[in-house]
Amino acid sequence: MAHSQETVVTVIPPDKAKIKKLWMTALIMLVVTILEFIVAFTIPHEYKDLRVWIFITMTIVKAGYIVGEFMHLRYEVKVLFWSILIPMIFVIWMLVAFIYEGLAISSVRLF
Amino acid sequence: MASTTVATAPGRSAWDGGVSPMGVSYGKLMMWFFLLSDAFTFSALLITYGLVRSAHKAYSGAVEAFTFSPEYWPIPEKVYEAIPFFHGLQAPLVFVGLMTFILIMSSVTMVLAVEAGHRMDRVAVEKWMLWTILGGIAFLSCQAWEWSHFIHGSGGIGANLHANEYGPQSFAGFFFFITGFHGFHVFSGVCLNFLIYYNTVMGVYDRRGHYEMVEKVGLYWHFVDLVWVFVFTFFYLV
Repeated sequence: MAHSQETVVTVIPPDKAKIKKLWMTALIMLVVTILEFIVAFTIPHEYKDLRVWIFITMTIVKAGYIVGEFMHLRYEVKVLFWSILIPMIFVIWMLVAFIYEGLAISSVRLF
Repeated sequence: MASTTVATAPGRSAWDGGVSPMGVSYGKLMMWFFLLSDAFTFSALLITYGLVRSAHKAYSGAVEAFTFSPEYWPIPEKVYEAIPFFHGLQAPLVFVGLMTFILIMSSVTMVLAVEAGHRMDRVAVEKWMLWTILGGIAFLSCQAWEWSHFIHGSGGIGANLHANEYGPQSFAGFFFFITGFHGFHVFSGVCLNFLIYYNTVMGVYDRRGHYEMVEKVGLYWHFVDLVWVFVFTFFYLV
């Protein structure tokens, strides 16, 4: 700027539809969390596998909303989107390998 | 904010230089890749928890008859069942549910601050950043109480790195390491949020002409929330 002056900033009025969408996303996440609590207290511990799979599915749904909507990844360029998602293959690989290993350890240890 | 479409000159691809192929600024792109590496760190911690847990015996008796023993991995809702000011009341997972609620709400206020930043609305950014900082501090306070309760125990010897009333020793180790590492991320996030708030109040971003720093720190803050979603599931629910 040629001379020192208060910076003039034009404030754009809020986009009501966009803000409403953000609150809706939050509402969905709260509902999913409440559902998780209902599952935790209604489905008995005897159905352990069912409980675990419901929890994992709901967690991935919540993670999708956080990363896709809140972190805006859904709306980014495809190259960026896949650069973040594809490396997650390593996490899945590690998960499968480590849980398999853990179960193998539990079948041989004596304590 | 960077446009999401990448314009290129004829005969040149987006990767020939001069444009951003990923449609985001350098700083934002590096934040994404930092978060990716941080996701690997947390995945490694949580998956190792899964390995050690699956290597231990699971409790096989009736849930009502459950008692703490180093012989088997504890049922989480039997460990986390206390809430502040109600000593002796059994309220499984209620307190950790409150913590989840606080963190999700602070994620919403953060995204509203980012949205206000896009509109160059300084007053709204200040308001939502303050709510986000408040949410972060509330979460940390809850965690401090939870740690204190976990360490002192409920009538037993409590838990530390040498003893553990709740089950196998490594259960306490993982609790301290994973929730501690996440808690430290929350603490760093609160510091960064405060820095952003301070800069906003001082008019730094108005002079700069954009509020992209709010977006970058927002990404970090949402990531902290994302990690908590996984910690909540694999540590408290499963």
